[in-house]
Amino acid sequence: MKAFGGDVLFLDRSDINTDEIIPAKYLTEVSKQALKPYLLEDLKLDGFDAKRDVPNKKVIITRENFGCGSSREHAPWALEVNGIYTVIAPNFARIFYQNMYNCGLLALNMPKKDIDDMFRTFGNKDCECKIEQKEDGTWKVKLIAGSLSKSYPFKLEGFEKALIENEGWIGFADSKY
Amino acid sequence: MGKTIAQKIFESHLVDTPFDGTYVLKLDRVFCHEITTPVAINDLLERGKDRVFDPTKIKAVIDHVTPSKDSKTATQSKILRDWARRNNIKDFFDIGANGVCHAIFPEKGFVRPGYTVIMGDSHTCTHGAFGAFAAGVGTTDLEVGILKGVCSFREPKSIKFILNGKLKEGVYAKDVILHLIGKIGVNGATNCVIEFTGPIVDNMDMEERMTLCNMAIEAGGTSGICFPDAKTVDYLWEFIKDEYKSKEEAIADYAKWRDDDDAVYEKVITEDLSNLEPVCTINYKPDQIKKISEMKGTKVDQVYIGSCTNGRISDLRIAAKVLKGHKLADGVRGIVSPATPKIYKMAVDEGIIDIFLEAGFCVTNPTCGACLGMSNGVLAEGEVCASTTNRNFNGRMGKGGMVHLMSPASAAATAITGTIANSELYKG
Repeated sequence: MKAFGGDVLFLDRSDINTDEIIPAKYLTEVSKQALKPYLLEDLKLDGFDAKRDVPNKKVIITRENFGCGSSREHAPWALEVNGIYTVIAPNFARIFYQNMYNCGLLALNMPKKDIDDMFRTFGNKDCECKIEQKEDGTWKVKLIAGSLSKSYPFKLEGFEKALIENEGWIGFADSKY
Repeated sequence: MGKTIAQKIFESHLVDTPFDGTYVLKLDRVFCHEITTPVAINDLLERGKDRVFDPTKIKAVIDHVTPSKDSKTATQSKILRDWARRNNIKDFFDIGANGVCHAIFPEKGFVRPGYTVIMGDSHTCTHGAFGAFAAGVGTTDLEVGILKGVCSFREPKSIKFILNGKLKEGVYAKDVILHLIGKIGVNGATNCVIEFTGPIVDNMDMEERMTLCNMAIEAGGTSGICFPDAKTVDYLWEFIKDEYKSKEEAIADYAKWRDDDDAVYEKVITEDLSNLEPVCTINYKPDQIKKISEMKGTKVDQVYIGSCTNGRISDLRIAAKVLKGHKLADGVRGIVSPATPKIYKMAVDEGIIDIFLEAGFCVTNPTCGACLGMSNGVLAEGEVCASTTNRNFNGRMGKGGMVHLMSPASAAATAITGTIANSELYKG
């Protein structure tokens, strides 16, 4: 299982599509590392600058339908090679969501009210995210900014849990089918 | 409780339910192209598993960037080509035989009602036009599909559109699907299969149904599906005639996939489309729709006719009907890309290519081309394109470019006028 958690990148927009995450012209790469400089290059979002805002971030918190558009797994790969292993949103596009878990990465569906609260409370601060498992087996996202901290519960179970534990779908499928 | 077509297909292909709501299905078809397959192939090689579950069920094509434009794309093509040869994949379409995947695979009769189909391409939903469950997946799902012939999916929920009435002349399948995406939004069908039903769809031919299903993904749909009927059998007959004594027998057999009367849906949306006008997209999402009549005066620099959405022979015929006797407006460049070699040849034989050439269009080989700004027809900053493709995301056809999606008739009319316009086939 990967080490999840770290500094947060807030992307305050819904329907961020895969072409914005990694433009099609870079899909001629067969190496995941080669995608690294281009993450979020075409993102249309006021105040966002990829070169300034992406480095050293490990977690993205965003709005509805993140990853809509193409099936390109290059989108999670571009996140992964930039050290971003977790995306937190109210919901995700289907293919992007599955691709994240197939790579052993976390795409956390959290209630809209929690996402709204995260943006409201931490959106304008330098913020760190810890992904923690409690003693009773439940999980939580803990956001920390200076002396301010808040926790939000989530469930990791079933297929998603198995894929995270196996670091992806290939290992799981190869042993079972 | 009755079942939907998606539930019936799932039931008949079920290998395992490893967890609640997770279904592992056996695959009838694994389709591959040169952009998303190479990483899977290289990974299988690294794992010492250079083999495929069934070479007869895997079909491959070079289509996105073809002929190769640089070393990187030449390498991608070579990886796919060498892999196909090593693994005895006979249905591999290389330069000269290749076309846009979601146009050439149906043309070769590779899809059947009731099939499960995956590809590392989001517009795989196109093949649902044949009554198949056809879904786009990422490279890892593709890799497992290639190796094991299985793929995982969630609960197959369905949204049913019942489309009533009769389309006006000059209004086409592209206008229908853009209108529906505008209605439910880019997140309106996420994790659902979209069923297209009703007299509007019954009256569509297979190419029009492919246009509908092609853009199901733009509303977030897992797949688009049309029920198989006599038209499906007519289209597939040359490929299935040895399996059935008559077309009637095939129609009766395929009817088993239809929804039960008491099937349950997430949503049923009924609409009469008799007053639908030609539409196009604005801005950067496929659900931002305006009537073409409201876009008068919007200048364009480029018109692109082609793609897995609207590059088939019926699309070219309609565009040619509008263009005949006319020329491209001053300052507008036109590009047309027949989606497969067969379509290209038919267009030549029918005089359609002549019409495009006379009008001043550039006619390219079959390829995805300008659709995703990867090979030809890329826009410069500030340029505008009227296009028959399927996405208008920011930067899609070129950094700083704007794409307005529309039907081939509207694109042809726009080419003549120089501004976004309805064709004279549409009388209002």
